[in-house]
Amino acid sequence: MSAVETPERIGHTGAGTTNAGLDIYGSIYSRTMTNKNVRIKDRKLRANVKRTDQRYKDAIRAAKSTELLLQEDAGFLEAEGMEKTYKFTQDELLKHVDVTTAHKGFELKLEHFGPYEIDYMRNGRKLLLGGRKGHVAAFDFREGTLDTELHVNETIRDVKYLHNDQYFAIAQKKYVYIYDKSGTEIHCLKKHIEVTNMEFLPYHFLLATVGNAGWLKYQDVSTGESVCEFRTKMGPTTSMTLNPYNAIIHLGHTNGTVSLWAPSTSTALVRILSHKGPVRAISVDRGGRYMATAGADCQLKIWDVRMYKEVHAYYTPTPPTSLDISDRGLLAVSWGPHVTIWKDAFRTKQKSPYMTHLSPGSTVNDVRFCPFDDLLGFGHDEGFTSLIVPGAGEPNFDALEINPYETLQQRREAEVHGLLNKLKPEMIALDPNFIGNVDPRAPDERKQALVLETTGETDKKINDADAKLQPKAKMRGKNSALRRYLRKKSKNVIDERKLRVEAALEREKGMRQNNLKRRKGLPVEERKLGPALARFGKSK
Amino acid sequence: MKVKTLSRSSDVYLPARNCEVSRLPRNLDPELHPFERAREYTRALNATKLERVFAAPFVGQLGNGHIDGVYCIAKHTRRLNSAASGSGDGVIKYWDLSSREEVESFTAHRGIVKGLAVTLDGNLLSCGMDNTVKLWDVMNTDHSGGPSKTFLGSSGFTGIDHHRSNPVFVTSSNAVQLWDENRSKPTADLSWGADNVNTVKFNQTEQSIVASTGSDRSIVIHDIRSKAPVQKLVTLMRTNAVCWNPIEAFNFAAANEDHNVYLYDMRNLTRSLNVYKDHVSAVMDVDFSPTGQELVTGSYDKTLRIYRVNEGHSRDIYHTKRMQRIFCVRFTMDTKYIMSGSDEGNVRLWRADAASRSNVKSARERSKLEYDAALKERYKNMPEIRRISRHRHLPKPIKTASETKRIELASIKRKEDNMRRRSKKGTMPYAKEREKQIIGVAIREAENKG
Repeated sequence: MSAVETPERIGHTGAGTTNAGLDIYGSIYSRTMTNKNVRIKDRKLRANVKRTDQRYKDAIRAAKSTELLLQEDAGFLEAEGMEKTYKFTQDELLKHVDVTTAHKGFELKLEHFGPYEIDYMRNGRKLLLGGRKGHVAAFDFREGTLDTELHVNETIRDVKYLHNDQYFAIAQKKYVYIYDKSGTEIHCLKKHIEVTNMEFLPYHFLLATVGNAGWLKYQDVSTGESVCEFRTKMGPTTSMTLNPYNAIIHLGHTNGTVSLWAPSTSTALVRILSHKGPVRAISVDRGGRYMATAGADCQLKIWDVRMYKEVHAYYTPTPPTSLDISDRGLLAVSWGPHVTIWKDAFRTKQKSPYMTHLSPGSTVNDVRFCPFDDLLGFGHDEGFTSLIVPGAGEPNFDALEINPYETLQQRREAEVHGLLNKLKPEMIALDPNFIGNVDPRAPDERKQALVLETTGETDKKINDADAKLQPKAKMRGKNSALRRYLRKKSKNVIDERKLRVEAALEREKGMRQNNLKRRKGLPVEERKLGPALARFGKSK
Repeated sequence: MKVKTLSRSSDVYLPARNCEVSRLPRNLDPELHPFERAREYTRALNATKLERVFAAPFVGQLGNGHIDGVYCIAKHTRRLNSAASGSGDGVIKYWDLSSREEVESFTAHRGIVKGLAVTLDGNLLSCGMDNTVKLWDVMNTDHSGGPSKTFLGSSGFTGIDHHRSNPVFVTSSNAVQLWDENRSKPTADLSWGADNVNTVKFNQTEQSIVASTGSDRSIVIHDIRSKAPVQKLVTLMRTNAVCWNPIEAFNFAAANEDHNVYLYDMRNLTRSLNVYKDHVSAVMDVDFSPTGQELVTGSYDKTLRIYRVNEGHSRDIYHTKRMQRIFCVRFTMDTKYIMSGSDEGNVRLWRADAASRSNVKSARERSKLEYDAALKERYKNMPEIRRISRHRHLPKPIKTASETKRIELASIKRKEDNMRRRSKKGTMPYAKEREKQIIGVAIREAENKG
C-alpha cells in the first residue's frame, strides 16, 4: 500500500527517473494554482490572476532548470547478486570508500562517564557530546579540533546546539544551562526544571524543553524572555521531537499518545493514540509528511502527519531507545546494542532493512544523522561511534540557508539575518503557510474566536441585537423587548428584521398565554394538529 | 557491492585565497527553505518599518524664498535644473535646483505675478494683473533695461501657457486669447462666454488642445487649429487648476474647490474617470508626474498630497508647520522631486518618494530595494503591514477637519439611506460619485461657412 503521493524529487530514494516534460502541478516547486473552473467576473482581476499564473509557471520552469547546476549526487549502497545490503559491516564498507569518508567513520571510547547524548550542529560541521555523568565535549570531527571539553559535575539529560556552534544548551540535573563555544557558562535558565528533552526551533530562536514534571516551556534565546509554559497534564514525557516543516513540537507520553504543541494554544493541537505502552522515540521527516514513532511495545509505526493516519507498522525485537530520520528519508532505530537503518520505509513497506550495526556490550542511547553528510552518529554506554551510511545526507546544500563551508564572515552575516528575520511564535501552526490566506469564517464567528483567545472565555455580552430580540415567555406586563422594538421603529418601514420580530412577538404571546394557563391549572393547548392528524390528538 | 558516498572536496567549496569570494551553491528545493510565507511576511514587515524610518521627504527650500507669497511656478520641460517662481509683489526669481540657489531675481510686474510659462528657447513669459505679458531673457542677468518684449492686453491677465513646439502662447484674462510671439496683438480669441478665466493649460502631447477654467465653474476645451472652443463642462464648484496627463493625451486632472481632484477624459466629459479625495480644503494646484502614473496636489489646507492615478486616496501627505497655504505645485522632470510654492513666500523642494535616496546604488542594493518593494506589494493587505504603511502624522487641524467631514458625510448618507428605505424602490436612485459634480456638458456646433 503506497502512502501519500509525493512528487518525484531528483535523486531521491526510490525511483530516480526524471520526467521528460515538465509537470507544472506535480513538480516539487509548484504552488497552488487558481481553480480553472471558477470564472472571475471582474476583467481586471481576471487579467491579474492570469498574469500571476503565468508568472508562477515561469518560476516553476526556472526553478526546475536550476537543477542542472546541482553538483553532487547522493550516495548509494547496492548489493550485487545474492548479497544483502544489511549484511555489509562497517569494516567492509570502509575498504570501498575514499580516505576522507573513511576518516569520518570513527569510534570514541569514553567509558567512565555514562551513556552519551549527542547533537550535531545545524550544518553538520561540529558534534556535541554529553555524558550522563557530566562530561561535555564540543569538537569538529572532520578537522579533529576540540572547541571545548568540560565537566559539569552533575547529571546531564540532554544536550543541544543553538543556532550555531557559538552556544549550546545542556539540560543538567536541576536547571538548563547555556554555554559559550569555549565552555563558559553564560546563562542558567531557572524556569526550566528537571528537563529531560530539549529542542531548538532555528527560525524562531526558541528553545523548547520538557521535563519530569510534564511542563512544556518555550524560551526565546535571542531576547531571553520566556514565551509560554504549558502543562501537558500527561505526566513526565518520554520523548520529544521537532517537526522541521512547521516547527510543531511532538511529545510522546507514557500512555502511548503523541501530542502536538504550538506556542499559540495552551492545550495540545492534536493527540494521537499510537502505542500500547510509553512512546520511547519519535522522529519527523524533513518535509513534515511522515512521523515515525517507536514504543515500548516494540512497534515502530509510520504515520502520515498531515492526515494523522497510520501508514505502516514495523517492529523492533527489543524495546527501542532512539529514532532519527535523515535528510533523504532514511530511518535509523536503535534497540539495545543494535542500530537498524531502513531505506524508503515510508511510501512502501520494506521487507528488510538497509543496514544494521551491532556495538557489542553497550546499549545505544541516542542516534542522530549528520546533516548534509552520509554519517550516522550514536552515543552509547561506552562513548560515541560514527557510521558511514551511503545515501543518508542531502548532497546539495543551499549556501544561503545552511552552509557547511561557511567562513567567519558568513557565519556572522547569517546570524544577523536570522535575527532580523526571526519569526514570531504566533506564526507556528499546523499549516505553516497560513499567513496571507483569507479567513473563510463569518465575521461574528471570527470575533467570537478572537474574544475566546484574548479573554479565555466567550463574552456573554456580545452585542448581537438579534440575540436580545428572542421571545421570552416569563415576561410580565406589556413591556417586552419585542414590543418596545416595534414601538420604537417607524411604522412604515418593513424589513426582514421587523418581520422576524413580529413573528417572534406572536410566539411570545402564545408562550405567555400557555404560562398563564399552566399557573391557573387550565389545560394547555400544546400542539396544533392539522385536520389530517386531528384523530391522533387527545380525546376530550 | 557497489558503494558511493558523499564526498565533497573543500577546494571546490572553499576559496583558495583569503581575499577570494567563496562559492555559494544554491538548491531551490522547498524542503530546504521552510516557512516561506512566514519569512517573507517578516521581511515585508521589516521593509515597511524601515521605509517609515527612512521617510524624510523634505529636501530644502530654494534660496531664502520670496518676500510675498509665491503664486506661480514654471519649470523647463527639457532642462532638469531650472525653475522660476513668481510672487505677490511682482518679483520673479529664477532658481538653480541642484544647488537650491537663486540665479537671478527681478521685479517683473506691478502687482501680483499671475502666471509663468517657459518658451521654446528657455526664455520666461510672465503675466500680471497690470495688463501686460512680458518676455524675459534669462540668460542675460541684467534686467535693468526691462523685458525683451512686452505684450499689452485690455485687462489683467490671470494665466499663461506656451505651446510645446510652435512660438505661440495662450493667455487668460476676461477672455482666452491666442498670441504669436512675434505679434503684439493676440491672433485669436478662443473664449466661450466666461466672465473671468482663471487658468489655461496647453496639452503637451496633443499639442493644439488648450484647457481653461473659468469663474463660472466651467472647464472649456479649445482647439487652436480651429481657433475656437470645442467643449464646455460646468461643475458644481469652481475648478482651480487643470493639468494634462503627459502620457495619456486625452486625460486631464482638474483641481476643484470641493476638496476633490477629478480626472476627465476630454472625449467624454459627461463623467469623470476618477475622483481623488482626501483634502479637507480647496485644492489649489495639481500636476502630473512625467510618467503619468502619479499626481501631486497642493491645497488651501496647507498640505501636499501625492496620489496614484488609478487609486482614489492619497499615498502620501507632506506638511510642515512653517508651510502655509499652498498655491502651486510642480513635479520635476526626473519624476523624483516636487516643488511647492506657498503663501508665506517659500518654494520648497520635496522628494516624490519619501524613503528613497538619490545616490548611485550598487547592484546588490538595487536588487534588495526591488525585492523589498515586491514584498511590500504582495503583503500590503495584511493588517499589520497596512497599518504601518498607511500611518502618517497629520497636523491637528487637518485631523479634526477630516474627522468632522467623515462624520458629516456619514450622517448625510445615513439620512439618504433612510429616505430610500421609505420610498418606493427605484424612485431614489444612487447618485454616481464620478458624475455627481457635473451639471452639464455642451459641445459647440461647427459653424457653417458662407
